[in-house]
Amino acid sequence: MTPVVRSVVRGLGLPILASLFAIVIGAIVVASIGFNPVTVYGSLLFGAFGNLFSIGATLSGAVPLILIGLGIAIAFKAGLFNIGAEGQYWVGAIASVWVGYHFNSLPGWLHISLALVAGMLAGAVWGGVIPGLAKAYVGAHEVITTMMMSYIGILLAQYMIEEPHAPMRQPGYIPESPMISSHAQLPFLPIKAFVQSQLSIGIFIAFIAAVVVWFLLQKTTFGFQIRTVGYNQRAAKYAGVHVAWYTILALGISGLFAGLAGGVQMLGVAHQLNDSFASQYGYTAIVVALLARNNPFGCIIAGIFFAALSTGGQTMQQVSGVPASLTNVLTGLVVFFVAAEQLIPEIRAWVRRNGKGRKAAGIQEGGKIA
Amino acid sequence: MGDFLAVTELTKAFPGVLANDHINLTLRQGEVHAILGENGAGKSTLMKLIYGLYEPDSGEILLEGKPVHFNSPRDAIHAGIGMVHQHFMLIPALTVADNVVLGDEPGRIRYHRKQAEEKVRRLSAQYKLTVDPAAKVGDLSVGLQQRVEILKAFYRKAKLLILDEPTALLTPQETEELFVIIRHLRDEGVPILFISHKLDEVRAVANRVTVMRAGKTVATLSVAETTSQQLANLMVGRDVVLRIEKEAQKLGPVLLDIQNVEVHDKEKHPRVRGVSFQVHAGEIFGLAGIDGNGQFELVDAIAGLVNVSGGSVRFDGKDITHLSPGARTETGIAYVPQDRQVEGLVLNFDLVENLILRDYRRRPFSRNGWLSRQAAVKFAEDLIRRFDIRPPDALRKAADLSGGNQQKVILAREVARDPKLLIVAQPTRGLDVGAIEGVHRQLLHLRDQGKAILLVSLELDEMMSLSDRIGVIHNGVLQDIVDAKTVTREKIGLLMTGSREDGTARISSLDLQEVRKP
Amino acid sequence: MSVLLNPQLWAGTLSLATPLALPAIGGTFSERTGVVNIAMEGIMLIGAFFAVSFSYWTGSPWLGLLAAMTAGALIAWVFAWAAIRLASNQVVLGMAVNIFAAGITAFLLNTIFGYNGTPPSTASLATITIPAIKSVPILGWFFYQQSVLVYLMLVLVVVSHWFLFHTRLGLRMRAVGENPLAADTLGLNVWRLRYTGVIIGGVLSALGGAYLSIGILNSFDVNMTNGRGYIALAAMIFGKWTPFGSFGAALLFGFASSLSNSLQGNAIPTDLIAMLPYVLTVLALTGIIGRSVAPAADGIPYKLDR
Repeated sequence: MTPVVRSVVRGLGLPILASLFAIVIGAIVVASIGFNPVTVYGSLLFGAFGNLFSIGATLSGAVPLILIGLGIAIAFKAGLFNIGAEGQYWVGAIASVWVGYHFNSLPGWLHISLALVAGMLAGAVWGGVIPGLAKAYVGAHEVITTMMMSYIGILLAQYMIEEPHAPMRQPGYIPESPMISSHAQLPFLPIKAFVQSQLSIGIFIAFIAAVVVWFLLQKTTFGFQIRTVGYNQRAAKYAGVHVAWYTILALGISGLFAGLAGGVQMLGVAHQLNDSFASQYGYTAIVVALLARNNPFGCIIAGIFFAALSTGGQTMQQVSGVPASLTNVLTGLVVFFVAAEQLIPEIRAWVRRNGKGRKAAGIQEGGKIA
Repeated sequence: MGDFLAVTELTKAFPGVLANDHINLTLRQGEVHAILGENGAGKSTLMKLIYGLYEPDSGEILLEGKPVHFNSPRDAIHAGIGMVHQHFMLIPALTVADNVVLGDEPGRIRYHRKQAEEKVRRLSAQYKLTVDPAAKVGDLSVGLQQRVEILKAFYRKAKLLILDEPTALLTPQETEELFVIIRHLRDEGVPILFISHKLDEVRAVANRVTVMRAGKTVATLSVAETTSQQLANLMVGRDVVLRIEKEAQKLGPVLLDIQNVEVHDKEKHPRVRGVSFQVHAGEIFGLAGIDGNGQFELVDAIAGLVNVSGGSVRFDGKDITHLSPGARTETGIAYVPQDRQVEGLVLNFDLVENLILRDYRRRPFSRNGWLSRQAAVKFAEDLIRRFDIRPPDALRKAADLSGGNQQKVILAREVARDPKLLIVAQPTRGLDVGAIEGVHRQLLHLRDQGKAILLVSLELDEMMSLSDRIGVIHNGVLQDIVDAKTVTREKIGLLMTGSREDGTARISSLDLQEVRKP
Repeated sequence: MSVLLNPQLWAGTLSLATPLALPAIGGTFSERTGVVNIAMEGIMLIGAFFAVSFSYWTGSPWLGLLAAMTAGALIAWVFAWAAIRLASNQVVLGMAVNIFAAGITAFLLNTIFGYNGTPPSTASLATITIPAIKSVPILGWFFYQQSVLVYLMLVLVVVSHWFLFHTRLGLRMRAVGENPLAADTLGLNVWRLRYTGVIIGGVLSALGGAYLSIGILNSFDVNMTNGRGYIALAAMIFGKWTPFGSFGAALLFGFASSLSNSLQGNAIPTDLIAMLPYVLTVLALTGIIGRSVAPAADGIPYKLDR
């Protein structure tokens, strides 16, 4: 095998194996409570891809996962763990919604661009400026700072609409912001089933973003520097990379994509901030990046995979009666097996040791017989 | 006095090297026995065998006349062997007493801290190892931390102490204090193995000395009855320097001009103090010194990887004191850093990316921020051919290459840029003879082309045969600059230990750490 | 000011601090031995679920508590095995546990108890009001009708401190979290000590979860921990990886929540008060207020050379 083929196999092998392990364990769990795993998984698959509507719902759900996952992958490439994308997503959503309802007479393309840029900037500031600076200059670990900033961001979003006189609350009894102007909404794909499943052109934004990230990482000096910092900070310094600056940039861009996801979701699906801040996209997207092994196109596949689990899970619950939360169990198992990448070499070594032990024992027995 | 420890015919081979070749050694009750040898002579392998970190291939270790087998340091500790590693095994966040008693604490469930402190205090008094048991280890000086290590050994009832290069990190005063401690312990009857490559230290504290060279024990002598010259000769073998044929020098203008350069480390300790020298085009300027005397900090500072805290660095007529590493590269400075795996390469990158590691910003490798993979691959394949990098596969990761080929990658990259000044640190460390020759030829070729070369090496022979002039650094201070053609190795040795030739030069202070055969 | 004289504010402070302090101290045990633990959230959920289930099945909340601790220990053991034996990324593993726990508890809740939740007849732990201090101002307010787990938590704070800083095992656990190599050469079993730390952490986190389900209530809700495991993480860091520090931070954070409950509908937005734990933790991490520094070997797997 050439090195390229080998690295592709290595890159794909672990995610596929981890998913298989999880699916098998899930099947055992399902069977043990008296369901037929084939029917259950069948209904899950049908729910995710069985008709145009469900395909639309799956793709729609994949949009934020792909976008955030791309950002997290960039941070991972720089050796940084952005665990706080959820908060970055919400501050991006706040900014985009604010721009979205604050102007009324802008042309659609300009309004949309402004709203998305506002979301991106907000996410970048949330992810990059504070955790990035803290990491680069006082060495505060980004896992904790991004996580803490994330909760602050979520609470900020709640604060914006929850109280009667909250800054972005529209008058009335329901805690929600005004609707964004209709020019600023992302159009749905012009097929009836896709309109029903709220699949907007955001999906193309996600695809384009993946291509952009791939180019950014592989084809630009910027990506080269990010990857150098990720692999070896001392070599990066020697190569002339400003390590602190690229640490901040990597976290900032990571947040930028989460902010973009928030914006796209608001302009494409929700159209306003309302009182449901448990999207969990920011956490699932970490899993997306992990499963994709930070490959931008892998993020598309992994994003669709987890969105499918989520949409399919609903159908599965209705059709087969198995609770939709099974999909969370599966997700947890996938992450566990991705993390435990030493598991397979360990098992192999264990088998080899025990095989040898048996063989040695066999020889002894043979000796006795003789 | 009987032999407390005896090592007979101890042998240990690693793939490709016979690290210890039928070693014989005896350690008597109440003596300080030095193991003297250059770096790589096999001293630390021997210590690791005695301490249970390695298992010998053959041979025997006898402790108080009985053969012993250690599977781990724990067994060795249990048998009464105490070892103070060159790099301490201490826990800075805990107190002295905590560190000393860890693993064998007084008390049943409760940890009797007061009792531990009392025990440590008593041990300190007994062995004259003054240190506050309640102090946090992280707050102590290196010298005091070393005492804690020695206390740890005695707390575990060590009957024998191995000190591995114990003065490597100490200041001269701390070294003196350590010697007082060692003599006191010897008088208390504790046999001590003292590993060193420093002749004067061996003469200062040892009763007997065993000289090792290339994995063998060459001789065991009584220190009082031998001269430094004898020991030096035993250590390095025949006193022949392999002079490489060099073309006559065509000296050009001054390219690098450093004035009163000061460098501090992270803890703000001065590492380089007021060093000034100039390097001309067409010469190899060697910077000699014992490891840890500031030479690597100095070249890192010239390359821009660490900040200069005083003085100025001028290159090609321009002040570059405060330029970034990248900007310095642009001005025509190339740098082969000391540690190729940690600094010189990104092991996870393929050869293409490693070969443009310092030039990705320039055309043709990138334009306006866009990388051209095609240009990079073409460039890499060309360099791989020209520098005979093996295997000749540009898509292979740097991690897959041998040390010699990794070094070739770095050299190729730095030379290909056609720099005006090449700084090379430890260019041949860990390479085999063939690879070393290749590197040497390359450096001389560059010199003849009129490049300025600043060479830092711990290999004195390499330094003397390649350099035109040699600056000797000791404790961060440039002692002298000498002509490589006429200088003797003894004179450089004296300068490296900080002594100046003043008629009464003490040959005993000659430090031969770096005097090696190629 | 009047709000500060409200006894409920103080009872609420201690009550809300309990499910933070228990996992925070648990995390302290884990991280002191060198294993980064962000899995408190998930282990709490598991503890909460098993406490309710066994309390319902056996009729004894005490057996429920025991089941919670066992389940917490088991899941922590799996986590520890992957983190220590397989040297996996501990942050990713912690996430896996959290996602898995959210899924499995909801899954089991629905398959075992159906979609109507746990039966209302489930027994919860007793509450105690100590008569002697009932009428003491402030102190009496704090301890008015608190669950036995609150008292247990207070005992555990002291015991944990004593254990970590005044026992031989505690010293050893701290040593492997700082420099496992040094500890190993002195004959300490690094892996076993780390397992111990993680499993103790699991048991304490599960207790925190059980307090939510059978201490305050007598039911389990999907995702009922609602991020408390992460606030506990913040409390642990803000408390500088010590039991008393964790408890202090938990009290502060509990006070903030209790205050925002008391202030509902008042001028100060509760969401801003709820940010306090996180803001303080970021400030502590960046050294703006009293720098928090983790154990030196926290998060770094130790590979045995055998």
